[in-house]
Amino acid sequence: MSKRARALFCSPLTTAILTAAAGGVSASTDGGMGNLNMVRGVTEVSQVAYDVHMLMMWICTVIGVVVFGFMFYVMYAHRKSRGVEAANFHEHLGVEIAWTVVPALILIFMAIPATSALLKVYDTDNADIDIKVTGYQWKWQYEYLGEGVKYMSELRTSLDEVYGREPKGEHYLREVTEPLVIPVNKKVRFLITGNDVIHSWWVPDFGVKRDAVPGLFTAAWARVNTPGMYVGECTELCGIGHAFMPVVVEVKSEEDYSVWLADKKEQAAVYASTVGKQWSPQELIEKGQQVYMRSCAGCHQPDGNGIAGVFPAVNGSAIVNGPIDGHIGILINGVAGSAMQSFADQLSEVDLAAVIHYKRNAWDNAVGDVVQPIDILNFKNAQ
Amino acid sequence: MAHGPAKGISRWLFTTNHKDIGTLYLWFSFLMFLLGGFFAMVVRAELFQPGMQLIKPEFFNQMTTMHGLVMVFGAIMPAFVGLANWMIPMMIGAPDMALPRMNNLSFWILPFAFAILVATLFMEGGGPNFGWTFYAPLSTTYAPDTVNYFIFAVHIMGASSIMGSINIIATIMNMRAPGMTYMKMPLFVWTWLITAFLLVAVMPVLAGAVTMMLMDINFGTSFFNAAGGGDPVLFQHVFWFFGHPEVYIIILPAFGVVSQIIPTFSRKPLFGYSSMVYATAAIAFLSFVVWAHHMFTVGMPIAGELYFMYATMLIAVPTGVKVFNWITTMYRGALTFETPMLFSIAFVILFTFGGFTGLMLSVAAADIQYHDTYFVVAHFHYVMVAGAVFSGTAAVYYWLPKWCGKMYNETMGKIQFWIAFIAFNITFMPQHFLGLAGMPRRYADYGLQFADWNMVSSIGAFMYGGAQLLFLFNVVRTITHGQPVSDAKVWEGADGLEWLVATPAPYHTFIKPPVISAGVEGPEWRVDAPAPAMAFKTAPEAG
Ligand code: HEC
Ligand code: HEM
Ligand SMILES: [Cu+2]
Ligand SMILES: [Cu+2]
Repeated sequence: MSKRARALFCSPLTTAILTAAAGGVSASTDGGMGNLNMVRGVTEVSQVAYDVHMLMMWICTVIGVVVFGFMFYVMYAHRKSRGVEAANFHEHLGVEIAWTVVPALILIFMAIPATSALLKVYDTDNADIDIKVTGYQWKWQYEYLGEGVKYMSELRTSLDEVYGREPKGEHYLREVTEPLVIPVNKKVRFLITGNDVIHSWWVPDFGVKRDAVPGLFTAAWARVNTPGMYVGECTELCGIGHAFMPVVVEVKSEEDYSVWLADKKEQAAVYASTVGKQWSPQELIEKGQQVYMRSCAGCHQPDGNGIAGVFPAVNGSAIVNGPIDGHIGILINGVAGSAMQSFADQLSEVDLAAVIHYKRNAWDNAVGDVVQPIDILNFKNAQ
Repeated sequence: MAHGPAKGISRWLFTTNHKDIGTLYLWFSFLMFLLGGFFAMVVRAELFQPGMQLIKPEFFNQMTTMHGLVMVFGAIMPAFVGLANWMIPMMIGAPDMALPRMNNLSFWILPFAFAILVATLFMEGGGPNFGWTFYAPLSTTYAPDTVNYFIFAVHIMGASSIMGSINIIATIMNMRAPGMTYMKMPLFVWTWLITAFLLVAVMPVLAGAVTMMLMDINFGTSFFNAAGGGDPVLFQHVFWFFGHPEVYIIILPAFGVVSQIIPTFSRKPLFGYSSMVYATAAIAFLSFVVWAHHMFTVGMPIAGELYFMYATMLIAVPTGVKVFNWITTMYRGALTFETPMLFSIAFVILFTFGGFTGLMLSVAAADIQYHDTYFVVAHFHYVMVAGAVFSGTAAVYYWLPKWCGKMYNETMGKIQFWIAFIAFNITFMPQHFLGLAGMPRRYADYGLQFADWNMVSSIGAFMYGGAQLLFLFNVVRTITHGQPVSDAKVWEGADGLEWLVATPAPYHTFIKPPVISAGVEGPEWRVDAPAPAMAFKTAPEAG
């Protein structure tokens, strides 16, 4: 199903339009033969982008028809097989000036809407909400500035679907653990940066595509006029998982958004209390395996054996099987100058404890000790 | 000095003859074309369906990267250097290139560069996996260790290109026959002269970029490392300051080839010769000042975006002049459609199409939607494949009889053309749709909504690959079994010094320079005594 179709389904307002739209949508439900053009999208920016795109396309089409039409006429009429004699002219100042000046005028005509469209893109002032978007290998982190809400958004599609061991679901590669949530009709500013390599955060329906460059913050904005689910992608090559870090944004009504945000804040509070809880080894293994598959397997591989020369094996690794502090340290601090990033900000203490415990007791590793979230917290505090 | 070619392998290893070196370049580039094509087939096979079927994402990234690098630096650029070697001395009435030993060197370091590059695929960590544009820090901090070999290979390629272009500049400036003024040079020579200046100007910039990478990776500098106070965006500026002129390095000689072929088969001189020269120079100049149109999504200040948008749009003017001139050359000619002409006409149509999408891409607000999607992939394949590769193919068919004295099989040539033309469009036209519908480039896997067009595109790609094998077969078959041609002119409408020397072109041509009439301008020129065809046949060999 196309993303616009999903947007329609998810919106409470649109049940009425749904039946009417179904006809138009069905063309693009299968393999997408009917998807030929850019989306018009749901923001001012995406709509001006679409409008200049269409304008340029039509101008080029008209020029193309004229130029190629003339060319085909020549190819038909001036064939030697029709017995024509070649003329011998090879210069004409008049036409040469004409075909320099006329295209230049057309360009000036194009530059006007192109300029005003770009001004729209850069109109990032007076935002109602600021969200920091950070690109990680290979997931996104969303932080609601000033709200204390921050979470990771990762691909939910399983590797089994990717590798054909399971049938592909209808949202294949377009589903995440937790979408970005924003309210409708509010000016949302995205402050975009990267953590490791350059990524690029793209939501076609918003007309927002911005490179997430480490060490640089840039701003883009959207005021969405229709609630729904909008799917985008990472568009800057960022390594193995480049195709596997979609962007999903859920646009909610203002009330729903406030409820959601309050909920998120409460979750954070509740979570803080679980850090002190003692987890059973079994719980840790189960949770740890999930975390590992989601956050580590992309590099270290599901079997823990890594990729020779690029990502070391964690199966049988001296660090993983060694003293616990060294192992925690590598996750909290990462390894500077390598792809091994710091997970201190990305994973919760519970997740970190679980994945460490899992690795120490999975595959050929059998350390046997138990790591608790509180150990992680203590380690962090000691630093 | 030997009078004819040396025997055996030493002929090729030690040759300083421009024709031999041209041949080496051409065969080498064809080999690279097949290799790069093979990588593309792996990529398209994996993209045939959603899901990962044949290879893993890490190998996929290596394949796309190697495809781009091998095609740009190994196939297209050396092919045109090969054509330059063969044709420029013959077109300007020179006995050889100005710097023949350097010519040998600049060819023979190339195979080493590519051997090193390809060998990384078999090393621990695999080959380069960061795209042909190798953006830092993916290509520095996050790259496999083999990136050092990649850097070394790029340095060698750069050295080869710089030497090759210095040679071309020296030849054109110093070795023109008496009376061969600049404004009488065939357009192929003109486009190469300008291209060679572009190369000399930007290859050192590329070398600088990879050297900074080398320092960042091995010696603790932080040019591109934000953590150390550097800037990843700096890499993109440096790369594209090389990269955008590079795309014109690829296309200008192709313009030159087409400007030779269209008049021949229209039996009419090239229209607007001097405006063609000025347009080429204008394009070359503009190509230095538009680089950041590849970076519209990086978050430049708006003034920068506006400037780069306007400057990029401007390129359409001289490009348009060229297209109009080609079409007007055909107008009221007496057209025939031999294989080189078919490829040249397809060049004009499809290149112009790529120019249209280029114009659309130059509009920054729309480019935000197009950038790094398959729409861009489609754009540059229209200009680079239907542009550079088609014109290279046309050149081979056009000059092959002159080179080896045998005529290729016209029917097979036409069949190859039609397969290539149709397959090319089946491959790349749908990529416009994919990009507009939202499929990013360099994706190892994609959502189900992109499945159909990807399958169509893959089928087209396999057909296109097949057409190249037919090309190879036709060329080899011509050399071994072709109909001998002895007419110096080969093509009824051909014009230029290269068509005055005997067919096949003797090992040494223009040992005595021909003299070209003064007082005749532009494409219309006449050769005075001594008739060059006589000059080399009877004259004793020099040295
Ligand atoms: C982006 C790729 C990537 C991801 C994702 C990743 N790692 Fe790593 N990891 C690396 C690299 C590269 C190294 C090697 C660092 C070095 O020493 O240069 C490494 C090293 C390690 C080591 C040390 C292994 C040894 O023997 O040297 C451990 C332990 C480890 N990672 C655990 C994890 C865990 C747990 C996760 C998931 C939470 C994870 N990694 C996610 C790339 C990654
Ligand atoms: C009218 C002339 C042209 C214009 C206005 C133009 C414009 C552009 C623009 C704006 C982009 C950046 C798109 C993006 O990444 O979002 C681009 C990409 C590209 N163009 Fe062109 N172009 C023109 C002709 C050519 C020619 C002649 C070539 C080469 C033969 C070429 C090769 C490329 C390549 C290789 C890329 C992609 C590079 C990459 O990101 O890998 N273009 N072009
Ligand atoms: Cu990415
Ligand atoms: Cu460019």
